[in-house]
Amino acid sequence: MALLEVERLTKFYGDSRALSDVTFKIKKGQFVAVIGPSGSGKTTLIRCINRLIDASDGSIRYDKEDILALKGAALRHARAKIGMIFQHYNLVYRLTVIENVLHGRLGYKSSIAGVLGMYTEEEKTKAVEVLQLLGLEDYVYRRCDQLSGGQKQRVGIARALVQDPRMILCDEPISSLDPSSAKIIMDYLRRIQKDLGITILVNLHQVDVAKRYAERILGFNAGHLVFDGPPSELNKKRIHEIYGTEAGELIID
Amino acid sequence: MTAVKRNLRTGRIIVKRPTAAKRWVNVVLLVLLALTIWGFLTIETKGTDLGKATVDTIRYFGIMFGRPAGVDTHFGVSGAGSWGVFTAALRLLLVTLALAFLTTLVGAIIALILGLLAARNLTNTRTSNIIKGFVAVIRAVPTVLWVLIFAIGAGLGAVAAVIGMSFHTVGYLLKAYSESFEELDEGVIDALRASGASWLQIVFQAVLPSSATYLLSWTFIRFEINFAVAVAMGAAAGAGGIGFNLFMAAGYFFDISEIGFITYLILAVALIMELVATQLKKRYHIHD
Amino acid sequence: MSSLLIEKTSPTAYFRKQKLTLTLFLLGMIFVSWGASVLTQFDLFDAFAAIPRVAAWMTANLLPDAKAWSRLPRILDKLWDTILMSVMASVAASVVSFVFAILGSVTTRPNGVFAFLARTIASINRNIPVAAWAMIFLLSFGQSSFTGFLALFFATFGFLTRAFMETIDEASASSVEALRAAGASYSQVIAQAVIPASLPQMMSWVLYMVETNIRSATLVGLLTGSGIGFMFSVYYKSLQYRSASLVVLSIVVVVLAIELISNAVRRVIL
Repeated sequence: MALLEVERLTKFYGDSRALSDVTFKIKKGQFVAVIGPSGSGKTTLIRCINRLIDASDGSIRYDKEDILALKGAALRHARAKIGMIFQHYNLVYRLTVIENVLHGRLGYKSSIAGVLGMYTEEEKTKAVEVLQLLGLEDYVYRRCDQLSGGQKQRVGIARALVQDPRMILCDEPISSLDPSSAKIIMDYLRRIQKDLGITILVNLHQVDVAKRYAERILGFNAGHLVFDGPPSELNKKRIHEIYGTEAGELIID
Repeated sequence: MTAVKRNLRTGRIIVKRPTAAKRWVNVVLLVLLALTIWGFLTIETKGTDLGKATVDTIRYFGIMFGRPAGVDTHFGVSGAGSWGVFTAALRLLLVTLALAFLTTLVGAIIALILGLLAARNLTNTRTSNIIKGFVAVIRAVPTVLWVLIFAIGAGLGAVAAVIGMSFHTVGYLLKAYSESFEELDEGVIDALRASGASWLQIVFQAVLPSSATYLLSWTFIRFEINFAVAVAMGAAAGAGGIGFNLFMAAGYFFDISEIGFITYLILAVALIMELVATQLKKRYHIHD
Repeated sequence: MSSLLIEKTSPTAYFRKQKLTLTLFLLGMIFVSWGASVLTQFDLFDAFAAIPRVAAWMTANLLPDAKAWSRLPRILDKLWDTILMSVMASVAASVVSFVFAILGSVTTRPNGVFAFLARTIASINRNIPVAAWAMIFLLSFGQSSFTGFLALFFATFGFLTRAFMETIDEASASSVEALRAAGASYSQVIAQAVIPASLPQMMSWVLYMVETNIRSATLVGLLTGSGIGFMFSVYYKSLQYRSASLVVLSIVVVVLAIELISNAVRRVIL
């Protein structure tokens, strides 16, 4: 049973096509990496799924719902069930760690309760548990601008996890991090997928990381889905098709 | 769980933590709010009926922007017709622009010299601090007062206006210039110093060429500000130009259509300059 | 071969072009300065000659005397009015500006039409000089502090709207995206991301406006016959320069004090 079904998805920016006729399905609990050169449509794809960007054509079904048809409260509710983490963490840096994590609950709350920041005891307990899971229990009341890059990204993951999502979208989650922090973040994502059964769809710049962590890889070039298969099938020739010949060689070496 | 704070009475998890920053934000908000309320309660209106005045203002706005017109005699072109009034007004606008230009030029030259002396990487901290402190005091005196003070010694007119307006221009540009100098790569200066270049050589070979476009952008932004200042000085300090006509139209002739006419002209020039300034800011990533 | 040629000729060509640009620029500046001087009857030598003369005159005639000091209570009273006026204008304008900035900023605008309207209104307000605002309101509100308040309010509103829009875009764009992605509603996004991220910077702008408005209030007061500006003009016109000078000194003290306080507050809140 597919959790996410993307069909003939197309996105235009003015005259240029960022995505053309993209079709794929993702099963519940899969770890899927999306690779491709800059400007190949990876980021557009991720943002179309939770409607941060409106697609031009095609359809997206998530958890049996037609995402592109949703409006208002229904859209909010669908977004609440999809977590998202960002390259630049996108936290409110002046707020504490726990305040940022609780933002993940806003999609489930009445507007006024969210505006006033009135969270239930259950929600707060859940936030603290998630922070413990991510090794941030000593930073609950730390302001986010005082954290390191890796810690900020873990707060980002915590915010996504308190949403109780069935899928987490990750937009280049490790591109701003040093190698050791990057490894920690990727390991957490794998644990979340294995232990909690949450589907992970992650944009990556690094082919080797994608091959190491993902069960399935989607390769994009100029808005087209040009590769869809397990890492074992991603050989030199296939990488060349995704990145163009010269770049492919550089990445392999 | 030790790191989690709980409310001692209810046992609930605490989310919001008081910080010095938050406290001060609240204190400042409260003080400003209290002063504002006090101000509204005590402001003197000299018996003006505020309701009636508001209705009048709205009506005046309609006349100003709906039927703008200048009177020939007010612009010294008796019997010249509306085109003649328009060209006379354009000439006055040009006078205001000229005052702004001269002020910017004089200010820029002085600021450039002082800016080189105030940039921390080009001079010692003490000189830098003295200049910056001096400028802070100069900037505390409103421009109109500088102009009027100089008018005592030099007479009302362009000389007093330009010198008076230059004070704030120097203050503003000095800050902008010295900061762009301070952004200059420390290594470049060291390299030149090591090769035996003199202070003047460093300035002319490294500092000025590498920050020229930046300096010009800042200068233009100040020119834009100085246009508004020049309008004000024409109105308040008899410096000449379109501002004086605005003052006469509103203060003596009570001619609403003429206020509208002049306001339109000023607005047009200001909008064009803002457009240019915005482009410059975008290109050079300037935040003022 | 051709690349060698270019390498050989381009440095000289480059320097020649640079020199030409610089020369043309300087000539242009001199020409415009000359035109501007003729138009305004400005004389550079007169100007530089005036500076030492005025400076000497200032030291001799601008020290407040006993009579001036006896007027201090009245001056301080007007000064207090001016401070209140500039705080009122800044605070009242900041409230309206906040609404306009939310409507107009790229990050938080509800739709393009509102954004366009908000930006246009703010831009027109900003580009009408404060002196013009003062003259506009003088007609219906007469010579009073309230006229001064209105003039400052409208000029401040235009400036703060732009400053706030930039602040919102810079401080909160990324977190707004994250909260939207988590399903937060519009009002939740404003309350939980935009306000906490940008309030301190906005407050810093308001403090800056309070400081600026005290100077502008002097100008507006001169034009509308109110506050400290009027006080100055009365002494100035009746040639009581030592009293006028005390007015200037008191303004300097207040502006510097407010600047010091603002800077101290900024250090804590930013």
